[in-house]
Amino acid sequence: MTETDKTVKTHKTPEAEDRVKIKARRVNVFYGAAQALFDIDLDMRLNQVTALIGPSGCGKSTFLRCLNRMNDVIDGCRVEGDIYMDNQNVYDETLDVVELRARIGMVFQKPNPFPKSIYDNVAYGPRIHGMTQNKEQLDHIVKKSLRRAGLWDEVKDRLSDTGSGLSGGQQQRLCIARAIAVNPEVLLMDEPCSALDPVATAVIENLIHELRQRYTIVIVTHSMHQAARVSQKTAYFHLGELIEYGDTSDIFTRPQHEQTEAYISGKIG
Amino acid sequence: MEDTQHISSAFDKDLAELNRKIAKLGQLTQNQFARALEALLNYDLTQIDEIVAHDKRIDELESKLNEDALTLIALRSPLAADLRRVIVAVKIATMLERMGDYAKNIAKRIEWVAKGDVVDVSNTSIKSMGETVQHMVQQVLEAYMNADADTAMQVWLRDVEVDQMHKTIFQELLQLMGDRPEHVTAGSHMLFITKNIERIGDYATGIAEQICFLVNGFMPEETRPKADETDHKG
Repeated sequence: MTETDKTVKTHKTPEAEDRVKIKARRVNVFYGAAQALFDIDLDMRLNQVTALIGPSGCGKSTFLRCLNRMNDVIDGCRVEGDIYMDNQNVYDETLDVVELRARIGMVFQKPNPFPKSIYDNVAYGPRIHGMTQNKEQLDHIVKKSLRRAGLWDEVKDRLSDTGSGLSGGQQQRLCIARAIAVNPEVLLMDEPCSALDPVATAVIENLIHELRQRYTIVIVTHSMHQAARVSQKTAYFHLGELIEYGDTSDIFTRPQHEQTEAYISGKIG
Repeated sequence: MEDTQHISSAFDKDLAELNRKIAKLGQLTQNQFARALEALLNYDLTQIDEIVAHDKRIDELESKLNEDALTLIALRSPLAADLRRVIVAVKIATMLERMGDYAKNIAKRIEWVAKGDVVDVSNTSIKSMGETVQHMVQQVLEAYMNADADTAMQVWLRDVEVDQMHKTIFQELLQLMGDRPEHVTAGSHMLFITKNIERIGDYATGIAEQICFLVNGFMPEETRPKADETDHKG
């Protein structure tokens, strides 16, 4: 058995049925001398939500940040291995990282709207990427993005208000609108609901369900039930290793690995 | 039943209580079935009212178990093996309650059978069939408590023996009623009784399947062997 064979795979669907959007192979991450991820092999499929779960410090957020090279900005962080999006190596040195991060958008744990108006928050990306020729086109993108983020009806009459004046749930949807304004192919979400109340969480989860029709989504969550509700595939990480990956419906009813079972059942040892 | 403890000890207590109720339900059902069989074999009509009355205790306990399971799902949100355990407990409780109903039904027919004295007409012993099913029920309940899928599958495979006995008794009773029309009433009740015993055996195998699902996460993959695919048309 090779190192990479250790992950238990409970994926029942024939691989050919689902197109892989992002493919990670033998990904190792180091923070200085400390290794945070060990030989991670993981496929994230087109128009599916892949949930990354595991206890604090297991490496799931580190892995998520590898996907759009957010780890590049962390001093002392070194990433080895290969990550491909549509067969293009994300770590190709000739790749424009800014363009990559437009293609792979990210939503963080705490809503982080820019200290600007609602309109300018969404328009920011299209402006810096030169996506529009005129105000009319920009208006169209802002409206479309806010609609897709399920926020338009709530803010259409106050687009010039500051984004930070919105509720937590609305701010998070504003951040999602900002991310999708630049036409990404993939959305990374790092505990996007952990600062939200149950109603705002339900709205975001419903939005994730709708967004996956257009985007491939990878979400880190500490909530087992959120992972079960929103994802089609689940990957369980423990101490930097990918322990088990499979259909979410299998992982939460009949996990194959005892560590997965213990974690999702809230058991000791 | 489970070595690993939950971080929430209240969760462990809830699951233990669910198991305790299944054990109690199993005990009550076994008692009811044993008493019904004994009363049948001895034509003991004095037991009937009590057997019928005791069925209510089984019904009430099943109802309480269902409430516990509902609360546990709502408050603890069980997953994986825990979720299977709750679902399986509810299904097994339903089966035990139905087994209790069959025991009651056997008891209610004893008076008619006694009038015709047809218990011993068959070459295949009702006593033997009853004891086989009793043993299966006992074995499968022990398998549940020990989360022992292997023993459960042994019970599952034994159902064919009961089916074979039922088939034989059925045909012999039909023969009797054809030859001696004065036994039609008692014989008809006896047909229901043997069917009830056979159904209790079926539920024992149903419980065995649930144990397999509980332990392995999957129902048995093979097809259960059958003694008779017909509808006992004689």
